[in-house]
Amino acid sequence: MSRARILWISGPVLRARAEGPFAMREAVAVGPQGLVGEVIRLEGDELVAQVYEDTSGLKPGVEVVGSGGPLAIRLGPGLLGGIFDGLLRPLAGTGSIHVQPGQRRAAARTFDFTPAVSAGMRLEAGAVFGTATAAHGRVQRCLLPPRVSGEVLHVAAAGSHDEDAPLLRLRDAGGRACEIAMGHDWPVRQPRPVRARRPAAKPLVTGQRLLDSLFPVAQGGKAAIPGGFGTGKTVLLETLAKGCDADVIVYLGCGERGNEMAGVLDEFPRLLDPRSGRPLMERTVIIANASNMPVAAREASIYSAVTVAEYFRDQGLHVALMADSTSRWAEALREVSGRFGELPGEGGYPAYLASRLAEFYERAATVETLAGDSGSVTVLGAISPPSGDFSEPVTSHTRRYVRAFWALDVRRAQARFYPAVNPLQSYAEDTDAFAAWWAAQGNGEWPALRRRFLALLHEQARLERMARIIGKDALPPRQQLVLLCAELVNEAFLRQSALSPVDRSASPARQAAMMRLLGRFLDLAELALSAGVAPERLAALPVFRALQRMGEDIGEEDIERFAALQAQLEQVLGELIHAGREAPDAAATVD
Amino acid sequence: MRPRLSIEGGAVRLEGPLLFVRRTLEAGLNEAVEVSGSDGRSRLGRIAALDEQHMTIEVLESPDGLALADTVLRLRGAPLEFALGPGILGRVFNGIGEPVDGGPPLPARVLQPIDGLPVNPVERALPRDFIETGISAIDLMNSLVRGQKLPLFSCGGLPHDRIAVDIATHARLRGGSDDFAIVFAGIGVPFDSADFFRRSLEKSGALARTALFLNLASDSSTQRLLTPRFALTAAEYLAFEEGRHVLVILTDMTNYCEALREVSSSKGEVPGRKGFPGYLYSDLAQLYERAGCLRGRAGTLTQLPILTMPSDDIGHPVPDLTGYITEGQIVLSRDLDRLGIHPPVDVLPSLSRLMKDGIGGGYTHADHPALANQLYAAYARAVQARVLSSVVGDDGMTPVDRSYLAFGRAFERELLHQAAARTLEASMETGWRLLAGLPEGELTRLSDAQIAAHLRGRR
Repeated sequence: MSRARILWISGPVLRARAEGPFAMREAVAVGPQGLVGEVIRLEGDELVAQVYEDTSGLKPGVEVVGSGGPLAIRLGPGLLGGIFDGLLRPLAGTGSIHVQPGQRRAAARTFDFTPAVSAGMRLEAGAVFGTATAAHGRVQRCLLPPRVSGEVLHVAAAGSHDEDAPLLRLRDAGGRACEIAMGHDWPVRQPRPVRARRPAAKPLVTGQRLLDSLFPVAQGGKAAIPGGFGTGKTVLLETLAKGCDADVIVYLGCGERGNEMAGVLDEFPRLLDPRSGRPLMERTVIIANASNMPVAAREASIYSAVTVAEYFRDQGLHVALMADSTSRWAEALREVSGRFGELPGEGGYPAYLASRLAEFYERAATVETLAGDSGSVTVLGAISPPSGDFSEPVTSHTRRYVRAFWALDVRRAQARFYPAVNPLQSYAEDTDAFAAWWAAQGNGEWPALRRRFLALLHEQARLERMARIIGKDALPPRQQLVLLCAELVNEAFLRQSALSPVDRSASPARQAAMMRLLGRFLDLAELALSAGVAPERLAALPVFRALQRMGEDIGEEDIERFAALQAQLEQVLGELIHAGREAPDAAATVD
Repeated sequence: MRPRLSIEGGAVRLEGPLLFVRRTLEAGLNEAVEVSGSDGRSRLGRIAALDEQHMTIEVLESPDGLALADTVLRLRGAPLEFALGPGILGRVFNGIGEPVDGGPPLPARVLQPIDGLPVNPVERALPRDFIETGISAIDLMNSLVRGQKLPLFSCGGLPHDRIAVDIATHARLRGGSDDFAIVFAGIGVPFDSADFFRRSLEKSGALARTALFLNLASDSSTQRLLTPRFALTAAEYLAFEEGRHVLVILTDMTNYCEALREVSSSKGEVPGRKGFPGYLYSDLAQLYERAGCLRGRAGTLTQLPILTMPSDDIGHPVPDLTGYITEGQIVLSRDLDRLGIHPPVDVLPSLSRLMKDGIGGGYTHADHPALANQLYAAYARAVQARVLSSVVGDDGMTPVDRSYLAFGRAFERELLHQAAARTLEASMETGWRLLAGLPEGELTRLSDAQIAAHLRGRR
């Protein structure tokens, strides 16, 4: 291992004279505390390194030790249910109220290991060689590191083992023996290899009607959630972390509030995963770099998070990565770049911002893993644009790489209309691929209904502009009906309270039932209008209020009540239509 | 006792606030130093960079009067610290923690670094309990929770000073337990405001439970950067050592940010948006994130920073970055102030993110969340209707919209406006009464049971 001595230090950047070879992006340990850093520039026998922790107290002459490899993190069965800092070092169980600089490592945990291979077998890179099970926990696969293959010389017997203990001895093609534990190290900036990438076939079910039914993101896809402060980015991401149908959630708090992390830690162990019945925390990995934690580690945290997501993907799981917020990561990039005196580009960000964003989002994929299973990483990235302006560099570059764009809107948030996704500014590009999936969920009309809802919302925006000039009363009844119906779609379908125990998550079946019911109302209202029924009369019907509140009032377990509501709707509107046709005088007022 | 080491006459260059000194003693990055010149005045500083021959010292007070020849440097051997002990409450300090009320010096029991240390998120306890401020727009609509950081976004000329003092005077915890303390930091405030704070707090008797830090507009801007740090260090001592519930009022954070910009540009750093340094977000986060509750500690630290939005622009970097860090914001409006509404809180852009954890069954009232939600939806609709009616007149409006217009007026005059502090119950009662004026079909955020319980009798 090479050594160097500090010549100059200021903030998180140091220059040191090397006494041996160092490589670009090599991880280093600085000073007696072993602060983690990375080499970012080499000039003759001098190197420049950035340190990911508080550098108070360092001085010239202090030793810098090279690790011989790039910045890497330890991936293993101990990750699930844990909370880690940006460099994937555990935050729990450190015994300190404050985040102290220096090396930290949790006490190794033990897992029940069951081998899946035997001596003499040939294993390919990335193969599954056994399973690890935590006490009361789920079964996880033990993977061979992606670049190791060979013949099994020895495998440990089933039983309880330390997570870092060698369990498997291999002889590789070169005849060298190597030992493999349940976990292995992987460099954070390198995507983990896969056998093949697959096209998107199914949406990630988020449980949010507005997203699943109007702007679905593919499993293995990528979505951006831009929004000014107070528009509900974090609440939306947390709701998705609770309700989406992924097997594993990696939740990255990047430069955000410490209390939010405390909130997730408080809530997730108590909530149950509706699919497994186990605490949500057991499918979650939290990576926290709060806004007052060292900035340089924020830059690395996004890579740690996506590497962890890929590790679970390689076990044949579907992973959702929530990154809150990518803007803080970009700012850390800007801050570090500024310290090296790099030429600033747009908005002061370094010119490589776009390519870094692309690299990050490209790691989202549905894949065939090295072991031959199907797995995926879906990336959902929040963006915090300055003053809510979507033309800024981070938002505009991200737009080019994501397939779904969920724009949060200040006006909706101010009316406490959540999720505050603006349906006119948002989009999803993969919808054509999901029609078959929705048909299988019992909503064959999904593409048509979706288009109809979107057209209605578009028409509403147009008419509201017009009403501002001529007054709402002056609009003809047909247009007033459009406004009424759009309002109903907003209230009854798009609004979904994250705090409501009944409505916080909606299954595809419930979404389909609600969507079809509203579609039927649109048809009947149209007929009623032709029969001369004024829109105000529809709005005053008790069944109209029942529709507006159906999300709150009709839960998952009594889905059949939607049929009863529809019967009531058919009857009430049927009578109105019939009465209207019988008394043509009233019809004269229409159109 | 730490050894006090000093360097005499090693200074080679003075550039703005940066002093370059030959390195004749071992010192680490970020260590505090005292720099004194031939004028005999001692100034605080810290080591900003080190190389083999020199160290760069950032002088944290005005460098005027320093000369290279006679400069004496005393190394403290540790980062900047505040010596704290019992008896902080009732005292008045300057911006760097020195008593200025003529009283005795503080007994130093603990030394705490003024920058604080980042709290491990695992060790945070979730902020839970409701603080009643006496202001309906806050208590009912945007509740303040113990351990929260909730800023007040104001504009020049609005009564934010009065609101701050009202809150400092009336803030109470429901259910008795009144081990409440206030840390009040005036950052770059004019003398009149500082005097107003001191007199009002004295008059109401609140000064006895307050530690007042005053950095006047005429004090140096480098010192302004230290004021909130000293104040928060004192607050952390009160909260986590003495176990009190501390409310920290920081005013005016815009002055702090201006000082940061000034110091940053004098250091020759690359400016970001509107000339503010690129690290403004991280710097503010280091202050705001010091709010919170800790597991296993009795006390809590709640922050109410006040800032004035330059040219009333909420998109300006100072309110914008603050809003991204804090847990919501209370926004004051010039229009409401002109209409004579006090406090002129514009509830639509206001928000309390932690409200959901501190209200409802077990904390305030089971129907409090639904009521606030419905009031929000109705007022947003009323404001929309108002825009419409300003163009087409009331006659062009539907009857439903007209009922919203009436609701909007009553909401501002009867709920937002208040001559004296109100209990939450009184605020809720007014809220239900106002909602009773709207057609029942419009109240989609209330359940049928809530309508039956609170509204049926009023119609």
